[in-house]
Parts: sequence; structure tokens; C-alpha cells
Amino acid sequence: MSALLTEAFLSTLIFGAVTAAVPLLLAGLGEQISEKAGILNIGIEGMMLAGAYGGFFAAYAWNSFSLGFVAGAIAGMVVASLMAIFCVRLSLNQIVVGIALTLCAEGLTALLHFFQFSRTYPRLAKAPVLAIPGLDSIPIIGPGLFRHNALVYLALLLVAVVAWLFRNTYVGLNLEAAGSKPAALDAAGIDVVATRTGAVLTTGILAGLGGAYTAEVGAGLFLPYMTNGSGFIAIVLAMLARGKPLWVLLGALLFGVSLSLTTALQVAGINIPTDVVQMLPFAMVILVLVIFGRDSMLPPALGLPYVRGER
Amino acid sequence: MRVLLPVLLALFLSGAVLLVLGKNPVAYYDDVLTRGLFNWGGLQATITRMSPLLLIAAGLVVSFQAGIWNLGIDGQFLLAAVATAALTPVLVGIMPWGIAISVSLIVAFVVGAAWSVIPAFLKANYGINEIITSLMSSFLGTSLASVLVKIPFRDPTTSVPQTLVLPVADRLPRLFGSTIHSGILIAIAAVLLVHVLMTRTAFGLKLRIVGANPRAGAHAGLNVAKLTFATFALSAGLAGLAGGVEILGVQGTMRADWNPAYGLLVVPLVFLARFHAVGIIGFTLFFAVLMIGGESASRRVGVPQYFVPLLVGMLLLFLALVDFLDHRRRRLMKA
Repeated sequence: MSALLTEAFLSTLIFGAVTAAVPLLLAGLGEQISEKAGILNIGIEGMMLAGAYGGFFAAYAWNSFSLGFVAGAIAGMVVASLMAIFCVRLSLNQIVVGIALTLCAEGLTALLHFFQFSRTYPRLAKAPVLAIPGLDSIPIIGPGLFRHNALVYLALLLVAVVAWLFRNTYVGLNLEAAGSKPAALDAAGIDVVATRTGAVLTTGILAGLGGAYTAEVGAGLFLPYMTNGSGFIAIVLAMLARGKPLWVLLGALLFGVSLSLTTALQVAGINIPTDVVQMLPFAMVILVLVIFGRDSMLPPALGLPYVRGER
Repeated sequence: MRVLLPVLLALFLSGAVLLVLGKNPVAYYDDVLTRGLFNWGGLQATITRMSPLLLIAAGLVVSFQAGIWNLGIDGQFLLAAVATAALTPVLVGIMPWGIAISVSLIVAFVVGAAWSVIPAFLKANYGINEIITSLMSSFLGTSLASVLVKIPFRDPTTSVPQTLVLPVADRLPRLFGSTIHSGILIAIAAVLLVHVLMTRTAFGLKLRIVGANPRAGAHAGLNVAKLTFATFALSAGLAGLAGGVEILGVQGTMRADWNPAYGLLVVPLVFLARFHAVGIIGFTLFFAVLMIGGESASRRVGVPQYFVPLLVGMLLLFLALVDFLDHRRRRLMKA
């Protein structure tokens, strides 16, 4: 057991956990915004993949990580705008469109990558690191928590911003009304379609950023289907968080720890199948639901399109 | 028309994508059709591939008509596959072949159904959205299946983690000297049974009422909780049966990393068939041709398999769009 408590092991574990958690956090926050406004965004996996590809390609072509993040956000937003057109404007079934967009994004990003690089997977340079002076020299948690890409700190800041937005602003109130009683929002003179469109596009930006982070910082390359279900985990996180951004952060960290635990254990020379560790967060969440499960408190109008004048 | 138009639009638009990428779409589609449908070897592979897809789709028809979004197919499929792969080589040694295979298939159904009990319980008792719980149980099941193959059911003599191999002679019999195994008969029987169940029985009517409006169902005195469990059990059980049939008919053993991930690909087919049980046969055929023909076309025309999800995704989008325009046209005509 003593091997488990070495400084190297712990800081690898913490560092890996944060790296794995950030895409889930960004996408989960995005999904939460959509859900608050009444859109169940199953296409988020596709948005993340689009972001991963866009981010990787821009970073590779222009040799700039920041441009990569911008491109990832835009790519995510492009997929989201399709979602907005089909689900918000045309009121089509959100599950159908979400799955369709995910499939399209999976196919298209993999095809584009294949026709550019065939079966080679070029690597990016190591992502720039912003060490927080002072804090980064604390043993164990310093290297684990305070030597990350700037986007990581931005994502953490975003938790506070989104929480403030939900709690203290009209934007948050409008979002909540769009998901709870869209007709009331409409009666108050606020455009439901515009509110929901804004929410979906924001989701696309955040999911795209999360995908870009996965490709540029997490892996340093693009692989077909590389998000590997992260989008679905983000949906789970957002639903479990019951509208509270802080819970998305906690959930993302829980998943991040268990994802990085396997790698860290291997570093420490303990070999257990990765699958065992990957099961832990899901098993834990299901257990919590079975024991404490009451209503999961989703917005009443979630998944329902809003058409003015229809009941 | 409402089916053909989206198919044509999707083929056209994804063909345009191929053209932009510098490949000849006509040559690609031609190769897919020749290799997947108009060639005896390809056709046999296509029909073989249809068995698991049809079984999964039949289960989804039940759950979607009942308004339950069972997205946990992959976990249910894989766990049942592990159970079958671990059990059958033992069973064929101790009992007659016919009984052993039947027991295995029943176990596959039960294991699949059992893996849906938690989402069903959470939905029926606490009203927790089944999309998240079934997705989570699917992730959990996928990992658990892999662990089961790696530790308790591992064949110690192989270097790659896999279960004991079922001898070819003990697998599902081939039909009429072809390479198609008899699982396709089970699959078609399941589709027909589901069709009769949903359209001709009181139970099916109850499920459809709950699917259309659960509150109306409750007011009419239906036991919605019980029906939720039944729906989940049927749909997950059929997904489990698909896993069992795929092991007994094609694989013969279960490798730890084997996950065909049919779940997310079959969901669109069921939508395309508009939840109609018999309608899924045509779409499953179309899709199996695309998968089998696409595998060969990827080598010959140089378009990788990644093209298939793109095409299916577009198909789904156009289907939704054509439906929407059709509805609007009808409403305008009425007004």
C-alpha cells in the first residue's frame, strides 16, 4: 500500500483527474443550460466530436492552441445551430435529431481526418501550461492542480459564472421559464424560440470547447470517435446535478478521478482491469439513485417543443 | 413517398460529401450494392448480420411504442452475450444439444431483461427519466461484461482474454448449406410476434395507451408501473437474445474487447420504420447491406466505414424533416 501514497502517484492521480474532468465539466455545464431551457440535447456527443476535430485541425494547421480552442467552439456551435433549427424552430423530435447529429458528426469528422491524414495520427506539440505562481510549488497538489492549460481555470471560473447567471439574472430566469412553462414566458413577451436557440448555441460552444480540450490537451491528437461517450456522461451529469452547476463540477471530478485512477494505479505497478475502475462512478450513481431516488427534478417542459397557440 | 424521399435525399447529400472528398459516389454505391446484396457471399453475410439487428429492433419497437426510451441496449446485449458464451460450452457437455441451446437462449433473454430492472424500478417508482438510467446501466454493463470475460469466465489457455470456444458443430445450425445461421428465423419470428403483440392483443393496446399518454392510462385504471417493468423486460430481453444469438451463431466465443455497439445504430432504424414492427425488416436489410457492402467498398473504393454513420445520420435528419413538411402540408390543407 505504501506505493499508493507516494508524492508522484498522488500528483499523477490529481493531474489526470482534472484533465479527464474538464471536458465533462464543460459539456455538462452546456447540457445543463440546454436542459434548463427545455431542450434535451442528445447531440452533445456530436458537438464534442466536432469540437475535437475542429480544435485539433486548427491547432495543427496554424500551430496555435488558442486558435484551436476558438475553432473547436465554432465547430461545436455549427452542430448546435443545426440542432436549434431542427428542434427549436421546426419542433422536430429532440431524441431523433440528437442521435442523427451525433451519427453525422461521428462519420464526418472521421472521414475528414481519414482523407487528410489517411491512417496516420499526427501529434500536436505539448499544450502550453499556465502555472499559478506560488500555489504550484505546494507539494502533491501543486503539480496536480495548479499546472494546467489556461482553459482549465477558465472552465472552473465558468461554474461560478453559470451559477450566478442561473441565480441572479433575467437570463437565468428566462431559461428556467422556457423549460418549465414556455407559454408563460411567451405571455410575458419574451421570445421562447430565441431563448431556447441561445441556450442550444451556448451548449454547442461549451461542448465544442470540451471536445477541443480532449483532442488538443488531453490526447494531443485526433482519433475517430475519440470522445467515446463523454457526451452521454455529460448528459447524465447534467441531469443528476438538478440544475446546479456546482454539482456538475463535483460529478465531473468524480468521473475524472475514476478515469485517472487506472492510469495512476498502473504507474504504481498495480494492475487491475481498467473496466473495474470505470464501473465505479456509474455504480455509485445508480446506487445513490436507488437509495435516495425521488423525483430527479427535471424541467417539466424538457423535450417538448414549443409551438405558439398549441396545447 | 414518405420513406423513399428521405432515403434518396440522404444518399444524394452524402454522395455529394464523397464527391467533395474526391471519391466517385456512384462507384461507391455500386460497390456497396454488388458486394452487399447482388453477390451470394455478400448476401449471406448481410442476412447473417440482420439477425441481431432485427432482434434489437423488435425490442425497441415495443419500448418506443410504450413511450419508454430504453437506450441501454449495448449493456443488455453484451451481458447476455457473456452469459451465453460462458454457459453454452458447459451445457452442451452435460445435456442434449437442443435443450442446451434452448436453455442458453432463455438465459440470454433473462440476463438482458434482468439488466433493465434498475432503470425500470427507478422509472416506475420515482419517475426518474429512463434515458439517463438506461444509458448509465449500459456503460456499467459494457464494463461489467468485459470484466466477466477477463476474470471469472476466462479461458485460461488463450493469451487474449476470451471465454471457452463453442465448437462449430455445436453452434446454431446453418440453413440449407449456406453460411446463414438459423438465428435469422428466431429474429423474424420475434418481429412477427412483436407485431401481433402490439397490434392484436389487449396487452399491446395497454402499452400503446401508456406510450401515447401515461396519465390517461393511469386514469383508465392501468397499472403503469407494472407495464413499465414489462416493457423494459421485453425490450431488454430481446436485446439480450440478440447477444445470445450472435454468440451462438457467429462468434462462438466472447472476447473481452468485443462490442459491436449496435444500440445507437438500431435506434434510428426503428425511428425510420416509424415504430412499425414489420417495417423494421426492410430498414434492417438496407442497413445490413450498407454495413457489409461498406466493409468491402472501404477496401476497394477507398471510402472507410466511417461513411455509414454519416449516411444513417442524414437519413434520420431527412426523415424528420420530410415528416415535418408533410404534417404542415396536411394542416394547411385542412385549414
